[in-house]
Amino acid sequence: MPGITREEVAHLARLSRLELKPEELDHFAEQLDVIIGAVARVSEVAGQDVPPTSHPLPLTNVMRADEVRPSLTPEQALSGAPAAEEQRFRVPQILGED
Amino acid sequence: MTELIRYTAAETAGAIAKGEVSAVEVAQAHLDRIEAVDKKVNAFLHVDTEGALAAAKAVDEKRAKGEELGPLAGVPLALKDVFTTKGVPTTCGSKMLEGWIPPYDATLTSRLKDAGVVILGKTNMDEFAMGSSTENSAYGPTGNPWDLTRIPGGSGGGSAAALAAFEAPLAIGTDTGGSIRQPGAVTGTVGVKPTYGSVSRYGLVAFSSSLDQGGPCARTVLDAALLHEAIAGHDPLDSTSIDAPVPAVVEAAKMRDVRGMRIGVVKEFAGEGYQAGVMERFNESVELLRELGAEVVEVSCPSFTLALPAYYLIAPSECSSNLARFDAMRYGLRVGDDGTRSAEEVTALTREAGFGDEVKRRIILGTYALSSGYYDAYYGSAQKVRTLISRDFDAAFAGVDVLVSPTTPTTAFPIGERADDPMAMYLADLCTIPSNLAGNAAMSLPVGLAPEDNLPVGLQIIAPAMADDRLYRVGGAVEAALNDKWGHTLLEEAPAL
Amino acid sequence: MSVMTLVSYEDALASYDPVMGLEVHVELGTKTKMFCGCSTELGAEPNSQTCPTCLGLPGSLPVVNAVGVESAVKIGLALNCDIAEWCRFARKNYFYPDMPKNFQTSQYDEPIAFNGYLDVQLEDGSTFRVEIERAHMEEDTGKSSHVGGATGRIHGATHSLLDYNRAGIPLIEIVTKPIEGAGERAPEVAKAYVAELREVIRSLGVSEARMDKGQMRCDVNLSLRPNGTEKFGTRSETKNVNSLRSVERAARYEIRRHATVLSDGGTIVQETRHFHEDDGSTTSGRIKDNAEDYRYFPEPDLVPVAPARAWVEELRAALPELPRVRRARLQAEWGLSDKDMQSVLNAGAVGPIQETIAAGAPADQARKWWMGELARRANETGTELSEQPITPVQVARVAALVAEGKLNDKLARQVIEGVLAGEGEPDEIVEKRGLAVVSDDSALGAAVDQAIAENEGIAAKIRDGKIQAVGALVGAVMKATRGQADAARVKDLILEKLGVEGQ
Ligand SMILES: [Mg+2]
Ligand SMILES: [Zn+2]
Repeated sequence: MPGITREEVAHLARLSRLELKPEELDHFAEQLDVIIGAVARVSEVAGQDVPPTSHPLPLTNVMRADEVRPSLTPEQALSGAPAAEEQRFRVPQILGED
Repeated sequence: MTELIRYTAAETAGAIAKGEVSAVEVAQAHLDRIEAVDKKVNAFLHVDTEGALAAAKAVDEKRAKGEELGPLAGVPLALKDVFTTKGVPTTCGSKMLEGWIPPYDATLTSRLKDAGVVILGKTNMDEFAMGSSTENSAYGPTGNPWDLTRIPGGSGGGSAAALAAFEAPLAIGTDTGGSIRQPGAVTGTVGVKPTYGSVSRYGLVAFSSSLDQGGPCARTVLDAALLHEAIAGHDPLDSTSIDAPVPAVVEAAKMRDVRGMRIGVVKEFAGEGYQAGVMERFNESVELLRELGAEVVEVSCPSFTLALPAYYLIAPSECSSNLARFDAMRYGLRVGDDGTRSAEEVTALTREAGFGDEVKRRIILGTYALSSGYYDAYYGSAQKVRTLISRDFDAAFAGVDVLVSPTTPTTAFPIGERADDPMAMYLADLCTIPSNLAGNAAMSLPVGLAPEDNLPVGLQIIAPAMADDRLYRVGGAVEAALNDKWGHTLLEEAPAL
Repeated sequence: MSVMTLVSYEDALASYDPVMGLEVHVELGTKTKMFCGCSTELGAEPNSQTCPTCLGLPGSLPVVNAVGVESAVKIGLALNCDIAEWCRFARKNYFYPDMPKNFQTSQYDEPIAFNGYLDVQLEDGSTFRVEIERAHMEEDTGKSSHVGGATGRIHGATHSLLDYNRAGIPLIEIVTKPIEGAGERAPEVAKAYVAELREVIRSLGVSEARMDKGQMRCDVNLSLRPNGTEKFGTRSETKNVNSLRSVERAARYEIRRHATVLSDGGTIVQETRHFHEDDGSTTSGRIKDNAEDYRYFPEPDLVPVAPARAWVEELRAALPELPRVRRARLQAEWGLSDKDMQSVLNAGAVGPIQETIAAGAPADQARKWWMGELARRANETGTELSEQPITPVQVARVAALVAEGKLNDKLARQVIEGVLAGEGEPDEIVEKRGLAVVSDDSALGAAVDQAIAENEGIAAKIRDGKIQAVGALVGAVMKATRGQADAARVKDLILEKLGVEGQ
């Protein structure tokens, strides 16, 4: 199983919105290479015909009735906002799509 | 009155119910203790003096009115800072949530309040519960009351240390890969990971949703059982909550009888990497169980050797998605918003500044494991391993009632020793992880000190899902036998702070 | 883009064959959101319908809305889909400020409904079968308003404001298989498909599917391939095309644009594009680079959905009459020729007419008003007939007033104008505008006397038996009463007064 390169780490950091510093990239690339080397052992079973378990519980069809429950007040909703305006969350300019 | 802090939760509740002491006195005694020792221990991130005294006062008033008091009414508790508390800061040990005051209570929080439990404050933890030493807290490490230069385990080191330092008789932890049991083991306290789905996760800030489970921490098995009963049970706000009666754990904790029980020793949890003194105490406890009339057999769970790798793919994968919400838009930290930067840039700068190394490592690892091209080899395979591990458990439990192993391969290690060696750190959870992957129940219980370093050793007991009562039956019996043998509880040997 | 000169539609089709994919998002009309109990009521004040779950607060968890699942199954059945025996929600991971968790709870490789089709009727009455790939459940995002830029556009904005009332509202995403073989009718097929889908959704009662309210949104994916070839070309994805007319225009525009680029020997970039209502053009949005990786994985906070077969069959048995069947029945009931029915259909008047009849109007009246005044207005304004600011009940009331003789057609038209202008209910408008037909004799009497007095010569002729001359007097009275008199009654009165027997 291949390890991981500094470039891959940089790409993953972009995907996960982490503005890593150059020295962090080096450091993490090194550590992640070791970790991935160790965890890659799981792929031993990749070929085996075993059903995957995504969840420890055998439950299905857990649903709620379509009944309105009290919401937070706008004040409560906005209470943690770094910035608010006109009872809305104020965020920096958004690039790309409307 | 300092004696009050040495009461068990059961004794405290009894004394309050009988009117021998008021809940306010009890709360004050613990607040004083925290005041006195927590500068050294750093178990608490936030002490809610007002809230605690108000809750205690309410219990005293209830009693004055002759109203029925619950079995834990007036008992102080230290709450891991990963559960939301309405109006009280919740940081998860992260700069990202510094100063965040949730507008809602976790289901567990409201159950504690309804039970009249007095919440003293929020305890220290590895950032977002990622770690095994509490060194990953953004607010400084917690010391192990047995030796302040050593780690109290993690991620719930604060809760375990609060118990061992007699700052609280009860605490709440969360266990994703061992974060309740491993701190319990290295601090000489009792920690239980209930069956996945038996304690609501609503309001538990998610690290790895399919593994996270809240549970009780205490100084005695009975206290743990009382707390277990108070927090467990179905919650319609948590889709993964089990809608079935909670096993009779309190009754089981009082049985103190293991005669006729079949106990399996997991062969894979021994050998290289296991400290001699840890194995010595473990083997003694197995002997003890025989003497107490249990039948002990050796069982093999071959897939357990793949548990750690599977865990370090599943947990980071889920965490990479769970922690995406920390984007500086709606709550928590925001840095770099100078009017010129885009939301995207501000998010990236904030996450860089707000998350610590371990969290960043796991987010990147999880993002990698889920990314197209790697999913099947990594996340997909890890899910298969999960199936194999459950099968090993099923096979084992077909022949035995519970499994036992050391909780951790070693005793508490010095703060800093493994700080920059992730793989070494991850080994601390070697024995605890399989139960998280399978979702069954497990307990750690103090069984003595390792001769070479005089630090606590934990015995892990594992029971099938929804058979949590077996943990308490076995744990209660072992605890009683050891206390008789020693003439006191293990924690009484802990150095004064 | 719109300035660049495009090859004509005919030339484009002469050398290229369009392949379309349509993705429609429908907001369900449930009382609460998909994963929390917050109300979905429109028009509430900002952030007043949010909770820890739909704000993505730390620690919050989702719980599935049972009606959301039921609606998804109904839609699947109505679209002739297979219903999954077991399926899961999945997390679609990407960062965007309008998405509180920075992942959308959706479905990935296990949609609740798949492999269906919808037969749509084209304007010439022929039928075209659109194959359905899948219909899956997901959640809507919050709404952002952009401040500081030109006219609320995102580009050039200094910052944005977010309202999460819409975040978490249930969405069903319906995806077609590639639509091939429509040739020059591709744009018409696209429009007819979306229109028919909307009819189906409404007939199921799971959503009002108002495109003007964003309850139904369409993405048009289009590519061209040289005539006679098999391999699909590179596609463009035109997002949020939000009216039937726009769906058709967007498809048309993209066919011409692709053809223009390709015939210049250029290549189409895979990108999302924005449609502009004003000139019907599309402009480039985000390039779809491979950096986009949604890292789907099964949502660990939810358990699988396994619709019991018996329950699915119950729902199938309880499905309402679907639009095509209903239309056939109505055509018979209304006694319309194929041609008339087709024009009713093309005008989108089936629903309005039926509801107007249900409100008590005779079929011919209901059809007359919707297909006349209102259809014309819809056409002129390029809006949907069903979305005019007048209700079937109001139209039925106007028809009733005419039947009662309280209005004549001329006045009725004014009443309808009044309703459209937001002046209130028909009766109020009759009141306010004073439009009632005048037929009470005392009021008319005076006008008649005056007309006779002022036209003695004509009156004399009538007395002498030249009854046909009465028209001139009637005209004079109608003029004096500004058309509000009941002409027949006026004639009788005049003849009475002149002591002549009407023949
Ligand atoms: Mg979608
Ligand atoms: Zn909500």
